[in-house]
Amino acid sequence: MKHLLGVEDLERSDLEELLRITDSMVEVSQRAMPRVPALRGRTVVSVFFEDSTRTRLSFEAAAKRLSADTMSFSVGTSSVKKGESVRDTVETIEAMGVDAMVVRHRSAGVPDQIARWTSCSVINAGDGWHQHPTQALLDSYTIRAHLGGLDGRRIAIVGDVKHSRVARSDVQAFTLLGASVTLVAPPTLLPPSLEGWPVEVSHDLDAVLADQDVVYLLRMQRERMTEALVPSLREYTACFGLTIQRAARLAPHALVMHPGPMNRGVEIAAEVTDLPNAVIAEQVRNGVAVRMAVLFRLLAGTELGGAGAAAPVPEVNAEPGEDHG
Amino acid sequence: MDAGDLQRAIWRIAHEIAERNHGLQGVVLIGLQTGGVPLAHKLAESLRQIEDIAVPVGSLDVALYRDDIGLRPVLPEAVTEIPVDLDGAVVVLVDDVLFTGRTIRAALNALADYGRPRVVQLAVMVDRGHRELPIRPDFVGKNLPTRRDEVVDVTEEGVDLGEMHR
Repeated sequence: MKHLLGVEDLERSDLEELLRITDSMVEVSQRAMPRVPALRGRTVVSVFFEDSTRTRLSFEAAAKRLSADTMSFSVGTSSVKKGESVRDTVETIEAMGVDAMVVRHRSAGVPDQIARWTSCSVINAGDGWHQHPTQALLDSYTIRAHLGGLDGRRIAIVGDVKHSRVARSDVQAFTLLGASVTLVAPPTLLPPSLEGWPVEVSHDLDAVLADQDVVYLLRMQRERMTEALVPSLREYTACFGLTIQRAARLAPHALVMHPGPMNRGVEIAAEVTDLPNAVIAEQVRNGVAVRMAVLFRLLAGTELGGAGAAAPVPEVNAEPGEDHG
Repeated sequence: MDAGDLQRAIWRIAHEIAERNHGLQGVVLIGLQTGGVPLAHKLAESLRQIEDIAVPVGSLDVALYRDDIGLRPVLPEAVTEIPVDLDGAVVVLVDDVLFTGRTIRAALNALADYGRPRVVQLAVMVDRGHRELPIRPDFVGKNLPTRRDEVVDVTEEGVDLGEMHR
C-alpha cells in the first residue's frame, strides 16, 4: 500500500490491518509522553487547497507522535492565489523532499491525480463529495472499540448524504466490514442514483431508529437552505434531527456519532451530545491514532516508501476537472 | 532441544533469576512480541512454584522503535502491555532467540519511554550468535552456533534449526 486515496481501493483485510495497527497507536497516545521514534527523519506535508483546521491538526498531531517532521501548506498564504497550477504547487513541494503528502481539495479526484505526479505517498484528506478515507477508518475504529466489530451491525447514516464524502466513505467501509447501512434523508438530500450502493434507504427516521446499533448524523450545511433542498432548518430538525425524545428510543447500547463540526440544535440536540453513548469526542481522539496507523503503514509497512521509490511517470492533460461549483 | 529440554531450561533460568536478584522483590518479566511472550508466562509460572510469588508479566512490541524501518516492511504485531510502573523495577526482558541484538536495542529504547527501571536483565531461550551490537544476555537456555542464513524456531515442542525459505 503506497497511497490512501479512497476506501474503494481497499480490501476488507487492508481495513482490518489498519484498525489493528491503530490499536498500537492508541496505546502510544495514552502514554504520559505520547511519542515514538518510528518515522524519525521522514517529512509529512499537509497540502490543503481547502481549509480544514480539524483534519489538518489531526494529521499533524499524528505525524508528530511518530517523530516525523511536518510542514504545512495552505492556499490562503500561497502562490495558488497567484494562479499557480496544482501540478506546479505539488512539484515544488515534492522538490523540498517529502515522504508523504496529505491532500485536501474541493474537487473529487485531485489526490488521485497528485499521486500520479509524485513519487511520495499521497493520503486523501477529503476531495469534493468523493472520499474521506481516514474519517471512515476512525468511524469504523470507534464502532469496533464499542461494539466489538461491525459484522452484522445495523448503522443508520442520517442527513445530507448527497453532498457528503463522509457518507460515501463510511458506507463503503462499514459494509466492507460486514455492517448493513440504512441511509435516512429526504429525497432531495440523497444522490440522484444509488445504483451500486449496498444500502437500504428510508425517508422516515422514526421508523428505523429503534433497530439501529449506530446512528450517524451528518452535518447539515446552511447553504442547503438557499438551494431549496429542505424547506427550513426547523422542518429538517423536526423530521431528521436527533432530538432528546428520539434519542430516548434508541437501543441502550446504540452509539450516536457525528463527524463534526456539529450544528447543535439542527441535526443533533445539544443534550444528546452529552449522553454517555454519544462518542463524538472519542471519534476525534481516535482520529489521531488512525492517522498515525495510516502514516506508519504507508511509510514503514513497505520497502523504501517515498524517497527510494520508482520515479513517477509524467502525465499530460493534467488539470483536474471541477465536479461541483 | 525437545519439549522436555525446553521446560528444564525454563526451570533453570527461573532459579537463576531468583538467585541473581536475591528473591523476586520488584521483578517484572516483559516478553518481547511475539516469541518472548509465551516464554515470559512460562517463566512466571516456574517462579511462582519456586518462590510462591506472582511476578507481574508484561509484553512489549518494538516495531515502532526498530532501526530498520524503511529497509524492510515493519508493522506492529500486537499492543504493548506494561502492567506496572517500571520506575525502580527490576525488568527481565524475555525473548525466544537472540541474534543481531537489534530487537533488544529497540526494546531498551521502548522501555525508557515507560519509566526508569533500576536494572534491566535479558533472558533468552536461544543465543545463536552473530551480534551486531554490544548486547549480552544474562540468562541463556542454550547457546546454539548457527550460520547467518539459518532459521531458529522456538515452539512448544522445542527448538528447531532450519534453512531459510525464500
